Amino acid sequence: MFTEWMGVIVMYGLTVLLAIPLGKFLAKVFKGEPNAFDFMAPLERLIYRLGGVDPNRDMNWKGNLVALLTINALWLVYAFVLLVTQGSLPLNPDGNPSQTPDLAFNTAISFLVNCNLQHYSGETGVTYLTQLGVLMFLQFVSAATGIAAAVLLFRSFIPKSTETVGNFYVLFTKSITRLLLPGSLVVALVLAFNGIPASFDGKDTITTMQGDTVGVSRGPAAGFIAIKHLGTNGGGYFGANSAHPLENPNYLTNMVEMVTQVLIPIAMIFALGFFVNRRRFAWVIYGVMTVGMLVLLVPTLISELGGNPAIAQMGISQPTGAMEGKEVRFGPVASAYWSIVTTIISTGSVNAMHDSSMALSGAMELLGMMVNAFYGGVGAGLLNFYYFLIISVFVAGLMVGRTPELFGRKVEAREIKIASIVALLSTLLVKGGTALAAWLFINYGDATWAVKPSAWLNNPAFHGFSEMLYEFTSANANNGSGFEGLGDNNFFWNFSTGIVLMLGRYIPIIGPVAIAGLLARKKYVPESSGTLPVDTPTFGLMIFAVIFIITALSFFPALTLGPLAEYFTLK
Amino acid sequence: MAKQSSPGRTRPGLFQRDLVGTAIRESFIKLNPAILIKNPVMFTVEVGTLIMLLVTIYIALSGDTSQGSLGYNIAITGILFATVLFANFAEAIAEARGKAQAESLRKTREETPARVIRLGGTPPVGQMKLDEIEIIPSSQLKKGDVFVCENGDIIPSDGEIIEGLATIDESAITGESAPVIREAGGDRSSVTGGTKVLSDRIKVLVTTQPGESFLDKMIALVEGASRQKTPNEIALTILLAGFTLIFVIVCVALKPFAEYANTPITIAALISLFVCLIPTTIGGLLSAIGIAGMDRALRANVIAKSGRAVETAGDVDTLLLDKTGTITIGNRKATNFYPAPGVSQVDMVRASTLSSLADETPEGKSIVELARNGNWGADVTRSLSIEGATLIKFTAETRSSGIDMPTRSNVARGTDGRVKDEAVISDQTTDVIRIRKGAVDSIRAMVERAGNTFPAETDRKAKEIAANGGTPLVVAENEVVKGVVELQDIIKPGIQERFQRLRRMGVKTVMVTGDNPLTAKFIAEKAGVDDFIAEAKPEDKMNYIRHEQTGGKLVAMMGDGTNDAPALAQADVGVAMNSGTQAAKEAGNMVDLDNDPTKLIEVVEIGKQLLITRGTLTTFSIANDVAKYFAIVPALFISSIPALQALNIMRLNSPESAILSAVIFNAIIIPMLIPLALRGVEYKPIGASALLRRNLLIYGVGGIVAPFIGIKIIDLVIGLIF
Repeated sequence: MFTEWMGVIVMYGLTVLLAIPLGKFLAKVFKGEPNAFDFMAPLERLIYRLGGVDPNRDMNWKGNLVALLTINALWLVYAFVLLVTQGSLPLNPDGNPSQTPDLAFNTAISFLVNCNLQHYSGETGVTYLTQLGVLMFLQFVSAATGIAAAVLLFRSFIPKSTETVGNFYVLFTKSITRLLLPGSLVVALVLAFNGIPASFDGKDTITTMQGDTVGVSRGPAAGFIAIKHLGTNGGGYFGANSAHPLENPNYLTNMVEMVTQVLIPIAMIFALGFFVNRRRFAWVIYGVMTVGMLVLLVPTLISELGGNPAIAQMGISQPTGAMEGKEVRFGPVASAYWSIVTTIISTGSVNAMHDSSMALSGAMELLGMMVNAFYGGVGAGLLNFYYFLIISVFVAGLMVGRTPELFGRKVEAREIKIASIVALLSTLLVKGGTALAAWLFINYGDATWAVKPSAWLNNPAFHGFSEMLYEFTSANANNGSGFEGLGDNNFFWNFSTGIVLMLGRYIPIIGPVAIAGLLARKKYVPESSGTLPVDTPTFGLMIFAVIFIITALSFFPALTLGPLAEYFTLK
Repeated sequence: MAKQSSPGRTRPGLFQRDLVGTAIRESFIKLNPAILIKNPVMFTVEVGTLIMLLVTIYIALSGDTSQGSLGYNIAITGILFATVLFANFAEAIAEARGKAQAESLRKTREETPARVIRLGGTPPVGQMKLDEIEIIPSSQLKKGDVFVCENGDIIPSDGEIIEGLATIDESAITGESAPVIREAGGDRSSVTGGTKVLSDRIKVLVTTQPGESFLDKMIALVEGASRQKTPNEIALTILLAGFTLIFVIVCVALKPFAEYANTPITIAALISLFVCLIPTTIGGLLSAIGIAGMDRALRANVIAKSGRAVETAGDVDTLLLDKTGTITIGNRKATNFYPAPGVSQVDMVRASTLSSLADETPEGKSIVELARNGNWGADVTRSLSIEGATLIKFTAETRSSGIDMPTRSNVARGTDGRVKDEAVISDQTTDVIRIRKGAVDSIRAMVERAGNTFPAETDRKAKEIAANGGTPLVVAENEVVKGVVELQDIIKPGIQERFQRLRRMGVKTVMVTGDNPLTAKFIAEKAGVDDFIAEAKPEDKMNYIRHEQTGGKLVAMMGDGTNDAPALAQADVGVAMNSGTQAAKEAGNMVDLDNDPTKLIEVVEIGKQLLITRGTLTTFSIANDVAKYFAIVPALFISSIPALQALNIMRLNSPESAILSAVIFNAIIIPMLIPLALRGVEYKPIGASALLRRNLLIYGVGGIVAPFIGIKIIDLVIGLIF
């Protein structure tokens, strides 16, 4: 047990140790200061030239958003076309079929928005061409999109009024050439040497000890799995994701994948601190997010190690905790840690089945995604944190008797309007989606759809409710993990979550970037002793309270009817 | 702080009986949805009440009990209705108080007879054109009319003196009993309706249309007709509307959730949950807080021209204060005479006194006073007269003043006019004796032009005086230096503490003075201001304000003169003194009836209080929801999911009682917080972080804990009744 705990502590400690220098490096990259990767400059210049982009021209927030949305729309079309035609395209040794339009819609969007919801299984639903040319490509560009969008916020923290917030194209390109590509290369090598396949051959055949012949899927997986974690994408190469022995063969790969996925989210916080030269503020953000993680992690660890009370009632001892749905090679501690990390940062990869998590752990996983700002996905975490920050600054500013201001810029009606809309949206998408699904399930259970609504749920009652709630929460948070008991590859789920995915991705990018653009051009007021300092533990507490209250108030009834009801009933 | 009460306007209790009556009436009038829609939070409660009313009527007619018993539904409907009324009452009582305060000011000037000068029409050829005086009620005075006031008259309307000078008793407005002098031209030409002329005769030009005086504007602001939401209030309303929408979604989604869980939810329960969750506490009190802020300003005798001005005051970074009257008491006073080498003390005092006898400036008067009261070796002043002398007024070029006395009047007379002493004032035989007093360099120039020397000793003394914060005034007789008079500023007691308080608030104080930099620096240090503008000309103020504003700072200043008008307009918060010129009053966004320059400090605190009250009550309101969830959510589902009893941590009696308790708590918290909303949450200048900690603890943690206790108590009481 001690080793298991140490494993988690080492994993986390290593992440933070790496994140600080990486943050410093990223700040240099984004500022355009000389750095170790300047040898990439010729390649970047080539990309700018080919794209017709002037790298020296900074744009205002609107220009950047137009750039971001246009380029994302192009990728969506590209991905959709390849997915619906993949069956007849090359690099398909296993002869997998093309995707149905609704599945292709869902798949394309979910990879485009850094979610990777995956209503298909990697072994049968895609080909090597689409794995690499569509899914892995989108894993790179969606991560870079998030990072670039987050950097657009940085200028609103600088003590100088400015119309422009940066150049999306440049930030995007540099995120790939100087961070995601080199990083993935290193991680992929480590993974490949630990037994993760990196081959273009089709299925292998093995004879098991019972004498059965089994086809084992393989393919160019190592690189895919590297960017899957580095870019907090989370979409598995294989259906079972990182619980699959070829996707996550041993404890070392488990550690590497774990460290890799939290690395950039934490590094981005420090990058902000170095970029705007407000390190104390970065530590406050880091503190709030870390406390948030612990608040979710500790109950999960306790409930997973405590074992399943239903099994305990049968008189069976569970010395290693709740093992249903977990891999023996990782154990409950590493799996609990993974399950919380993967839900707070929107990776959504799993090394154990969340459907089998204890009820309270399920509640914590859901909460992690509902907040979606404790570290959060690459870039997306800061973007989500930003609107909580705006609301906190507003309420706290009033409480100290000044028109609220964030780093010398007044936060006024327009900013509050945008922040409120973004805050409102996640409630609307998650609760609206779940309500719609529950309503269909109850009232139209026998509708003659491809999959009858009454056949959606593998589990009855509270757990079935949690499965639906989890799916929409995961889609809205662009997380991608699932309570896999849900029959989700059908028109309703493909389409509804596709819409939620899109709104859940782009509104929380548009909103914060717009606020940042509006703030950046406001007059800068030097801070005085009457100004509320935001780099203090007190203000950290304020943000934490705002995040907690808004999330709790939005989702308490839903959590009560799902995991909490299950928890209290099982107890 | 400043006067909390003034004659005839003692501070009333929060709920005076007649005001409460008016407010209750108004609470019902405000139920009109067209009025209520301005407050989105309370509007949704009203809609909820209407739905409940329909449900209750349906149950009463059909006898269907699937929606709960009739009594329960009636109770819920009644409490929701009360919630709306309480919120309306909060706004109405704030309005009533503000209006009463303004009316009491206005009453003093209503229906006084005005003697208006009417031009006597076109006269027939050969006849003289005569102005007639007509007596009309003050309410009929129009802008542009000219009226006459003599001693004993009540001034019928605000206006500007165009002719004459008068002493005026302004105690009706300011509560200050000492009469003041107002005269045509200059910066003290404004008169206020309701004040009384004590002596002399003035012609006054009416400067405002009836019903458009500042006070009328203020009353309109309080009444709500022209009350515009301030920027922070708008932003907060948006945030509250956002929360309300979140809870609309939460409650609507709960219906299919409940169906899934096989639990029917009654309409009453759903609407109760909704009303409890939306921020009704702050929603109900928000406008009352704003009105109360203006009312508090009015109680401090400051008329704000907009709510925005009061709010902006809380954000002020830099405060420009005139030295005289704000930092120092009135004007400089003579404190000592230092004769030049070879000049006797008596001679020096005599020359100084002679130069000042006809001098009406406060400095001049104080020299005479000092000469009379001090012990200068002989009774020098009693025997002086300046009969026949020519007064030489202060001009910008000479920068000195004094008198020219013909030698024949060099006969000092006693107070009875009898020649008492043949002492000749000067032993020089000139036609005219020229006595001058002025600044060191101007007298030096004068003396040296006449070929005399300026004594080094006097020069040294003058420098010493200046370094100690005093103003040296050199006296010369016929271009020979007699000595130097020391004028000292007396710093107001307690002003240092106020500046310290301002510094802790993060407000930078700047002293504006006409003094030389040396004197200014001394006083600035002694009083504890952060910066000063010495030898200030009117445009210096303006430049300083502009400079601060380009740095993003908000600047407040107080002024009275026409010279101040541009700066008052430029400043973010410009407080004009009521005694000031019409131009100054038009330019500023507040008018101080007391003409008290330290009022700015109070105004800043009122502005801060206003924001803090909004912020803390918002926090309190939202924090309350935690307990309400724990009361209502288990109550909704306990029948079908008994395990949720574990969430009923308050151990409330029954689902119905839990819901009733939560709704009742939600309703009565509004009236319970009205006093706080009206008085405002206290502002403590303890630093922003400490203040946030304190308010988070009281209103955040308190906001979470209080409803747990309150709901439990109400539940116990309900348990006793049923």
